[in-house]
Amino acid sequence: MLEVANLSHAYGDAPPVLSSIDLEVRPGELVSIVGPSGCGKSTLLRCIAGLQAPTAGQVRLDGKPVDRVPDNLAVVFQDYSRSLFPWMSVRDNVALPLRRRRKNRAQRQENAMKALESVGLPDAAAKYPWQLSGGMQQRVAIARALAYGPEFMIMDEPFGSVDAQTREDLEDLLLRVRGNSGMTILLVTHDIDESVYVGDRVVVLSKGPARVRADLWVGLPTARDQITTRELPEFVHLRAEVGRLVRGREAADEPKS
Amino acid sequence: MTAITGDHPAERPTGTNGRRRRPTGVPGLRILTGGAARLWLVALLVGCWEIIARTKQDAYFPPPSTIVRVFHELWFSGPATHLFLTDKALDDFQPSFVNLFCGWALAAVVGLALGILLGRSSVAREILDPVLQFGRAVPPPTLIPFFIVVFDFGAQMQISTIAFGVIWPVLLNTADGVRTVEKLQLETAEVFGITGAARLFRITLPAAAPKIFAGLRVSLGFALILMVISELIGSTTGIGAHLISSQQGMELPEMWAGIVLLGILGCLFNAVFALVERRFLSWHSRARGLDS
Amino acid sequence: MTNWTRIVRGTIGVAGVLAVAELVSRAGFSDTSLPPASTVLLRAAEFFGDTEFLSAVGSTLEAWVLGLLLATVVAVAVGMALSTTPWLNRATRVLVELMRPIPSVALIPLAIVSFSSITESKVSLVFYSACWPILINTLYALRDVDPLAKETLRSFGFGKAAILLRVSLPSAAPFVATGVRISAAVGLVVVVSFELVAGNGEGVGGYLLQTQSGGGRPDLMLAGAIWAGVLGALINVGLVALERRAFRWHAVRTEASA
Ligand SMILES: Nc1ncnc2c1ncn2[C@@H]1O[C@H](COP(=O)(O)OP(=O)(O)O)[C@@H](O)[C@H]1O
Ligand SMILES: [Mg+2]
Repeated sequence: MLEVANLSHAYGDAPPVLSSIDLEVRPGELVSIVGPSGCGKSTLLRCIAGLQAPTAGQVRLDGKPVDRVPDNLAVVFQDYSRSLFPWMSVRDNVALPLRRRRKNRAQRQENAMKALESVGLPDAAAKYPWQLSGGMQQRVAIARALAYGPEFMIMDEPFGSVDAQTREDLEDLLLRVRGNSGMTILLVTHDIDESVYVGDRVVVLSKGPARVRADLWVGLPTARDQITTRELPEFVHLRAEVGRLVRGREAADEPKS
Repeated sequence: MTAITGDHPAERPTGTNGRRRRPTGVPGLRILTGGAARLWLVALLVGCWEIIARTKQDAYFPPPSTIVRVFHELWFSGPATHLFLTDKALDDFQPSFVNLFCGWALAAVVGLALGILLGRSSVAREILDPVLQFGRAVPPPTLIPFFIVVFDFGAQMQISTIAFGVIWPVLLNTADGVRTVEKLQLETAEVFGITGAARLFRITLPAAAPKIFAGLRVSLGFALILMVISELIGSTTGIGAHLISSQQGMELPEMWAGIVLLGILGCLFNAVFALVERRFLSWHSRARGLDS
Repeated sequence: MTNWTRIVRGTIGVAGVLAVAELVSRAGFSDTSLPPASTVLLRAAEFFGDTEFLSAVGSTLEAWVLGLLLATVVAVAVGMALSTTPWLNRATRVLVELMRPIPSVALIPLAIVSFSSITESKVSLVFYSACWPILINTLYALRDVDPLAKETLRSFGFGKAAILLRVSLPSAAPFVATGVRISAAVGLVVVVSFELVAGNGEGVGGYLLQTQSGGGRPDLMLAGAIWAGVLGALINVGLVALERRAFRWHAVRTEASA
């Protein structure tokens, strides 16, 4: 259970980026966050992950206040290419976090290979990150987080630079992993369709400073399909509503959930 | 504090204008003409020197053929069991190399440790900055008379001179490299629980490695210079001592042979270091090459 | 972080190092040869009124400046000539790669025997050792000039000389300046080394050698080293400041891309 209470943040003397954000994520939930670019989504995630102390408010994970990165939490950074280590092979990059899980070398390598297979990159294991395309690097970053086996995963625009086909595959992979492991996921995206397709809930942020403009319950069936789900009238309706909220055409200050 | 990259401008990012047209034609012929285009000037100069030296009989400038002969006789005409090294070679090379590598290694270890400390603490950096800027600016040979008084003539004095002189590039480059590790890389490590020693050895040092290696390369070059100068002033053994004693004995071909030897050593160090860098830093140059 | 905290912290660092040095010598951890820091500083201050020492500094600096200036002029000219004549450039590359690794101090004995005057030997030695960093930086910088800028000028009908003067030189200048700064430090080391080896009382090196006679005066030796260090630091700071002023556009550009 993640609780964000009254969270505000400002960088130095600059005007605040986040203002009184309240948010709850129940175990096993997948919550998408959308908002205009530069509104403070990454900042919010960094505060939640314990990478940055907010200027006010509190984050609690399973009842404990977050003041450093909790060890059951993984992050997929927006700037994936710089968060991979260029001096390690792809396999070593993915296996690195498993050191903390007290596994021996063979187990680490095996888990890393499994994670790479799940993102469709088994052949890239021996390569170096900089030999891969942007989309492939992003998948390696996702594989690394998956291999870590966290209970709580934070993803900052994780599918930003992959092609449409791969993107759909990765969305389905995410849903599958969530279904199998019961992981709780907080996912930032700038793609409105995606926020509705993968999410149990969609949280819409407003800009300058960021507030929760809406918190929408996605009432779609749990089993989702790229073609049929996107055809459902509820999907189409929801997508339009989120779109309007993001563009700020509708003053929907009341969260409906 | 800025990093020292020495006279190796290849360190700075090169532009994208490295396009080169490859000549077409018979490969063997190409190598031949290419080699000739590169080597003719050196051959010409050596040839001129040989002829002028032979005709003028100037004692100070013996012909290259004499230098090469003396070079061979002095150091490399030994028995095959000694890898063709003469006894004189063993006597000259051993103290020089021992001092050189002891001084360099000492500087590398201390410089690395201090550099890591300074790279991680901005307070320590600001406190020590003036002291370091000053220490770096002291021409190391000026300390030789003092080291002679303290340590007397000998290996200790030479190692101290070398270590003091070559620590700066390692220290400053390490501090700079550690300081400028990508924040995101450190945060990634934090997220995945890589902390303490694991973070130092798996993240921080590899990320700083290109700058650290640049510092080590520059200081190895300095170390050779300081080895020579410390032997010229305060030693009776070693290559530098050979140089000064042959000058004082007016054995000029021997002196020239010493200069050639030191030139070859310089080349050799560069080459070995380039190999080591290629082995350990290939990720760096290749990642950068692909970026542009 | 303001400038003031920097200055305060730096002062604390200097004071701390001096205090430790003072304590070590007074407590007599090492043998008596380590003079207290206060004595050394006093001697260094007394040098301001010591004409013998000042003239030694002057003679060292004279050789250094002359050699460095000569090297700058020659190396930049040669660099420009080489980079405009590819066939010569190709042929000289091997020569450069053969000569550059020779540690310049190895040439001290040669310089002693082949010149009649000490100053001549010193200047030649500084010249030789200072040439390489400048030449190599010039060559690299000229090779990396943005071809687009050159082509732009060419399309306006400018000739080779105009392009060299208007595009190549200005854009190479910052790297040439870096080369000069490296050479300045190398040159200082070489002059002092020469004076120490030649041993005829010339320059700072010669002065330091004299202090060795009669049991040695470590306080004077260290005071001399402090002078040399301060001179070296001032030269470096001065050259950096000069570069900053002269190439402000360059600093902006590289910082933006870093
Ligand atoms: N480290 C930082 N220091 C100062 N300002 C920052 C920093 N990081 C982000 N900002 C500012 O905070 C705002 C929100 O940034 P961010 O959280 O990255 O937005 P988003 O992820 O929604 O695009 C932006 O205006 C950005 O300029
Ligand atoms: Mg962002």
